[in-house]
Amino acid sequence: MAVITYREALRAAMREELQRDENVVVMGEEVAQFNGAYKVTEGLLKEFGPKRVVDTPISEAGFIGLGIGASMLGIRPVMELMFWSFSYVAFDQIVNNAGNIRYMSGGLINCPIVIRGPANGGTNVGATHSHTPEAILASHPGIKVVCPATPYDAKGLMKAAIRDNDPVYVMENTILYNDKGEVPDEDYIVPLGVADVKRVGTDLTIVAHGRAVITSLKAAEILEKEHGVSVEVVDLRSIRPLDEETILASVRKTHRALLVEENKPFCGVDAQIAYLIQAKAFDDLDAPIGRVSSIDAPQIYCKRMEDQQLPHPARVVEAALKVLA
Amino acid sequence: MAKPAVLTHPESLKKPAGPSEFAKHPVNAALSKAEKVALYTKMARIRHFEQRCIRTYQQGKIGGFLHLYVGQEAVAAGTISLLGKHDHIITGYRDHGHGLMVGMSMNECMAELTGKVTGCSQGKGGSMHYFAPDKNYWGGHGIVGGQAPLGTGLAYAVKYKGLKGCCLAYMGDGAVNQGAVHEAYNLAALWDLPMIFVIENNGYSMGTSQERSTAHPGCLAKRAEGYGMAWDVINGHDVYEVRAKTDAAVKRAHEESKPTVLEIFTYRYFGHSMADPDKTYRDKDEIKEYREKKDPVLLFENELLAEGVLTPATRDAINEAAMAEADVAAAFAEESPDPTVADITKHIYWEEDNRGPNSTSRGTIIFE
Repeated sequence: MAVITYREALRAAMREELQRDENVVVMGEEVAQFNGAYKVTEGLLKEFGPKRVVDTPISEAGFIGLGIGASMLGIRPVMELMFWSFSYVAFDQIVNNAGNIRYMSGGLINCPIVIRGPANGGTNVGATHSHTPEAILASHPGIKVVCPATPYDAKGLMKAAIRDNDPVYVMENTILYNDKGEVPDEDYIVPLGVADVKRVGTDLTIVAHGRAVITSLKAAEILEKEHGVSVEVVDLRSIRPLDEETILASVRKTHRALLVEENKPFCGVDAQIAYLIQAKAFDDLDAPIGRVSSIDAPQIYCKRMEDQQLPHPARVVEAALKVLA
Repeated sequence: MAKPAVLTHPESLKKPAGPSEFAKHPVNAALSKAEKVALYTKMARIRHFEQRCIRTYQQGKIGGFLHLYVGQEAVAAGTISLLGKHDHIITGYRDHGHGLMVGMSMNECMAELTGKVTGCSQGKGGSMHYFAPDKNYWGGHGIVGGQAPLGTGLAYAVKYKGLKGCCLAYMGDGAVNQGAVHEAYNLAALWDLPMIFVIENNGYSMGTSQERSTAHPGCLAKRAEGYGMAWDVINGHDVYEVRAKTDAAVKRAHEESKPTVLEIFTYRYFGHSMADPDKTYRDKDEIKEYREKKDPVLLFENELLAEGVLTPATRDAINEAAMAEADVAAAFAEESPDPTVADITKHIYWEEDNRGPNSTSRGTIIFE
């Protein structure tokens, strides 16, 4: 088992799938010659050449739409968005076209496209570059959304996404790109729609995705050491499809739930999770469901305040103690 | 040296309609009598299908929006009649004519309009969303201009696979101001894609005339020059001219892998959609003028009568058969069942419809 970074894990997934399937193409702004704005695709141009690793102009509606069209004919494009925030100028292609064509054609056409890139705040770049659109996109039937938190999951989910025959939108996190973790040397995938219990506990279930998983694991350590509380952390990994059973099994065990995400609260992913828990595990709950989201405002520029706006371990601990009270 | 005058309209449009100057063009001269009859038959079928749709709509059996192709038949007929095995098409929401041209049946087309499970998209797409990928027809798209990047992607895939083919992406004159169209132009030109953008210029983007919607140097196709693309203007009332000039673009795509913008001047006889009362933005006389003097089906009919390819008797037989076929389609649509409630959640995800032990997707994907 090698220890590699989240960034290297994503790159390894793309490299292996480029080798495995000649129809896989990596495409996006600065992915080839520049080696990637965040160096995720570094070295792929040298290894695979310009037919397989393609620089695009700054033209998201154009090149994302082109990728969707190519996918209808059997190409499997892996499109990089420099930031998921830039998806908004390509929204018609991403939602109306990729998400609806299979349905509107009565199942005659499918779009095996992957769109990937970072979707996170916390990098001191202001509101336009800090969006987390997983809830917005996952609210459209026809679209799949995954949010890996670790190198193992980043590689496994990316490989599953590339092999999947539907549009899969992979939301990464620039703050996690240098995080290290163990990744198997052999071929593996993490199927979409399978959550992972990242920490086993008995007193409280924390449900999180993306970097909020890392924040929650830190909070769980504090809760254990300073408050003697045993916390279970469920990493969703995949937003749609959603592993409802793993969430419910954990809540039925601990009887208390805290939901943590970096989205803003209104109609966030956790609104759906909260509905699920109250609908299917109401009698198992010993306390109202707790929730920690980003403070409800456009992303603030000031770094000190942005760190407060996002969920951080102290806020998670405080919210956890309320649920446990 | 004086610059040559900018060609903004096809020369043939400036003269009264008469015998086509393009009848002897090699691509038309190569047509057998049977092929000419078949081309005429297809145009007549589009005309009669669309006219039958009006009745079905007025009977309240077609919901939503219904954009008719009557008056524009020579555009789809002329362009699509040139295409081969590796050539693909995609269009906007005025998509019935293209569907019938690629060989979709009137039955599946009419049943889709009435929302029946026997429709081409099993009642899930409607008028604006016809698809027949087995016939290289990739829709049928509802958002103005949104199909242009998709079509460019089809051309990209054809080139990626090393096939000698191309993609024709059709759009109306209203689409040329959409950003997605310009982004598609840029990519097609930048990457030398075998792509043909076909602007079906019927003069009006919904109820807004071209003059009120578009800053343009005389014609819309000329914008191609900004991207270093070839372009041409075509009289869309003359199917022979459509074929002759489109053939050059297809050859450019097949042999040089270069894109082209074609602006085909045409006219729609009915409103933008059936919801358009068509009373505020154009004169009845204008419609009458086109119907009487520039009707593409009538002009081709006269051409073929003069050539001795059609006789009044064969012409009548073709038109009667097309009307009868449309009546059969209307009855078929009427008798066909609706999709079921269970059908609502099918065809959303390939992986959900084909789930197995080795699926890349698990978990809940359709929510209560």
